[in-house]
Amino acid sequence: MKAVAPKPMPRRFHQASWDEPVIFELSQPGARGVLVPEVEAGIAAEVGDVAAKLPDSLRRKAAPALPELSQIHVLRHYARLSQENLGVDLNIDIGQGTCTMKYSPKVNDQLARSPKMADLHPLQDESTVQGILEVMWQLEQCLKEISGMARVSLQPGAGSAAIYANVAMVRAYHESRGEGKQRDEVITTIFSHPSNAACAKVAGYKVITIYPDADGYPDLEAFKAAVSERTAALFITNPEDTGIFNYRIQEFVNAVHAVGGLAVYDQANANGILGITRARDAGFDLCHFNLHKTFSTPHGCGGPAAGASGVSPALVPFLPKPTVEFDGTRYSLKGDLPQSVGKIRPWYGVVQNILKAYSWIMSLGADGLREVAEIAVLNNNYLLKKVLEIRGASMPYAKGKRRIEQVRYSWEQLTEETGIHSEEMEIRMVDFGMHYWTSHHPYVVPEPMTLEPTESYSQADLDEYVAALRQVANEAYTEPDTIRTAPHNSTVHQTNHEPFDNPDEWAVTWRAYKKKTA
Amino acid sequence: MTKPNKPIVYPYIPNSVPAAKEAMLKAVNAQSVEAFYADIPEAIRFKGKLNLPEPFLSEAGLVRHIEGLLSKNTSAREMLSFLGAGCYQHHVPAVCDEINSRGEFLTAYAGDPYEDHGRFQALFEYESMMGELLNMDVVNVPNYDGFQAAATALLMASRITGRGEALICGTIGADKLSKIRDYVRPHLDVVLLEYAPESGLMSLGGLKAKISEKTAAVFFENPSYLGFLETQAAEIAQIAHENGALCVVYVDPISLGVVNPPVEYGGDIACGDIQPLGMHMWYGGGHGGFMATRDDPKFVLEFPSRLFGVSSTRVEGEYGFGDVAYERTSFAVREEGKEWVGTASALWGITAGVYLALMGPQGMVEIGQGIMQRAEYALRKLKQVPGLKIRFDGIHFKEFVVDFNGTGQMVESIHKKLLEKGIFGGKDLSAEFPGLGQCALYAVTEIHSQADIDRLAATLQEVLK
Repeated sequence: MKAVAPKPMPRRFHQASWDEPVIFELSQPGARGVLVPEVEAGIAAEVGDVAAKLPDSLRRKAAPALPELSQIHVLRHYARLSQENLGVDLNIDIGQGTCTMKYSPKVNDQLARSPKMADLHPLQDESTVQGILEVMWQLEQCLKEISGMARVSLQPGAGSAAIYANVAMVRAYHESRGEGKQRDEVITTIFSHPSNAACAKVAGYKVITIYPDADGYPDLEAFKAAVSERTAALFITNPEDTGIFNYRIQEFVNAVHAVGGLAVYDQANANGILGITRARDAGFDLCHFNLHKTFSTPHGCGGPAAGASGVSPALVPFLPKPTVEFDGTRYSLKGDLPQSVGKIRPWYGVVQNILKAYSWIMSLGADGLREVAEIAVLNNNYLLKKVLEIRGASMPYAKGKRRIEQVRYSWEQLTEETGIHSEEMEIRMVDFGMHYWTSHHPYVVPEPMTLEPTESYSQADLDEYVAALRQVANEAYTEPDTIRTAPHNSTVHQTNHEPFDNPDEWAVTWRAYKKKTA
Repeated sequence: MTKPNKPIVYPYIPNSVPAAKEAMLKAVNAQSVEAFYADIPEAIRFKGKLNLPEPFLSEAGLVRHIEGLLSKNTSAREMLSFLGAGCYQHHVPAVCDEINSRGEFLTAYAGDPYEDHGRFQALFEYESMMGELLNMDVVNVPNYDGFQAAATALLMASRITGRGEALICGTIGADKLSKIRDYVRPHLDVVLLEYAPESGLMSLGGLKAKISEKTAAVFFENPSYLGFLETQAAEIAQIAHENGALCVVYVDPISLGVVNPPVEYGGDIACGDIQPLGMHMWYGGGHGGFMATRDDPKFVLEFPSRLFGVSSTRVEGEYGFGDVAYERTSFAVREEGKEWVGTASALWGITAGVYLALMGPQGMVEIGQGIMQRAEYALRKLKQVPGLKIRFDGIHFKEFVVDFNGTGQMVESIHKKLLEKGIFGGKDLSAEFPGLGQCALYAVTEIHSQADIDRLAATLQEVLK
């Protein structure tokens, strides 16, 4: 036979498309997916039907109208839905910039599934949880070293929860000094994650947002004009979502300190600077990491994740409680912290992810973490060179400068020349088994696209991604209708979006859908 | 020890292969990676090497290290556990773990509906099945946990009513109250309501005395933190409504096969934690929060969370999914959005959906009935142990308060003795509710057999001698 021809680039792809009904449509009256343990005769004889003793107002009259399926049908339905989803395990997942979609090592998931992790109750006697307390304590020591901070709380459930914990600590700090009322403003930048602004607002602060200067750096003069005796804190990302490192960061920190405010570092994504520069060394008072970004725990379709809040010595009294302590022989939980902000979430954090992050650090060590950062940055600078070779793409700001771990690109030129928007290109990328994300709102960079290749991808991976991107960009110039009618190779086709914003038509549950379409 | 001069090829880092790294550097015309860090000033550069433990570079070595640590734990499975207080040892069906371990779900994140159709449909189905359990038309994609759900439900009530006070039944647990107080502080004053010392039920007289035109919400848990059901739920809702306040009820979703959901007795916002629905305890890492309301824009537009909705596509007979009313979120409008939205507990939402689909209507009824019977049996058995009483002797779902005051011993010392016999006693309440003296909160679920409960009673009798 003739040798099989070489594969085309980008590859031919079609996503699984099972045309799966909504689970209620699979219901078969009387079917059971799992049986529950029967109450023994001895119990039943002793107590009778206890539920029947509920007063009328509390007694459910009809069983909930859940679907009824045999076990294989539940499994098959969800297995099919899973195939209609792209995770890091399947695609070259460099398109979700700011989110650090790196490889989540399987061994860590496997270790966390141990009953000695999964089946621990948070109130067990401390003598029975010395192992997991040691893991939590050890991870804190690692993150202290990585950030330079005095202590790190692992309690927040994710990145935004860690930002909120930091806002709460900022508030408690100023209140402890009698300046709680006076300091009612938080300053952030437009290229910092929107949760910095949103969490500050929830905590009662007025939010001031600094925009970039002509070179894309946060506007230092605007910032200096904004700080005052009303400033509680600066919440800032660095490098920002543009991938540009704010080289004047110490001037920002000094300016906020000069007026008595605190400096808070959003290090949700610290992937490009591990072992390169540390929060405390730049003078920050607080920082946070997302363990599901830099520290590799899987993203889980949007959680469970884990956040870690680091603080300087002055902020230690305000940490969420309890903290994990070690006296040289025993690990323990300490809840007696009178100035603590209290609970950010139940118990101690998303502990299985704390274990995974610890295991990831222990698989790499100090040299490995630095290798992570350096390769992530190398991959990014390679990717940007390739992307900028594509017609219509550009990289706004800081001309001629390198970037750290990600880039916010612009398709402005392509849009001007073809009328195709970034959001349409994004949908077409799905046809190649790939994803990209535009940007948070508002779109300060016009027609944005944010890519972050992390350390997990090879040159061939990056080349394949760029090949798909190039093809889509070429289509914008040559056959724009292919883009306008995309997706073509996805699970589904263009969705009617109108009902999502119309109260008469939107349906957040099947029961609402049935009522509104009856 | 690693050899400093020999480059390490890291299995998780393809371009750590020296030749690959070299080729990449060459391609971008850089001598070394230093070129990329030119913007980072010398003054804040970290010098030297992070002081971290030596790594376990081989997977085998890593497994040995981590398993060595985990082996120092004793899991609740290896013991007989009656711990609850918000985190519960229910049976986790195998299919739940199978689905949430699939890489397609486990390693996905924030894709759009066209590449992550599966995630959108699975979470829409989660919302839908929770909607059936709660008899409500709107349920969020899970937020962090029940504490967050409770705090957010109260802020939603504040925004909906334009009022600034929450009345909360005083039987609430200290940790949940701590979270609520911290979170709602700029927007709501929290006032605790008295409860009857014998039954634990909310004092309706106290409620009537405290409720006013300032009250945004009356909040109670059903079952309460202390395990009994609030049988005056309908009256409480009525009093709230007569005063223009909303009734916010925190429920245990696994109770709702037998216990009426809040909307049936006047609840306006239901909230709670989905951990009982197919999540392991994970030392407290298995939580996810839900809020549920009627399908009224006045309510819907106050949710901070994602709300996935169903629609049609260009193809006949095909469902598409997307975000309902996205413009209310912080993703869309930053601090002008409702609180904030971010990564929370989506995988647990998918898992809870799998759980509810496996259990079906009959399963949820049976599990609720069986848990109530076991709890009732357990409290009757413990009552017979000399020196023990049951506090708040009403109708219980799965938890109840055991009163050890008559034993003359501290809960702590009794529980140490149980521990030696392989039993985790319930949560010691002596610090959290000092007024109760020496009491503990015991939880019983469908995993407990009659023999388990009899063993607890017999062991208590033995250690109390």
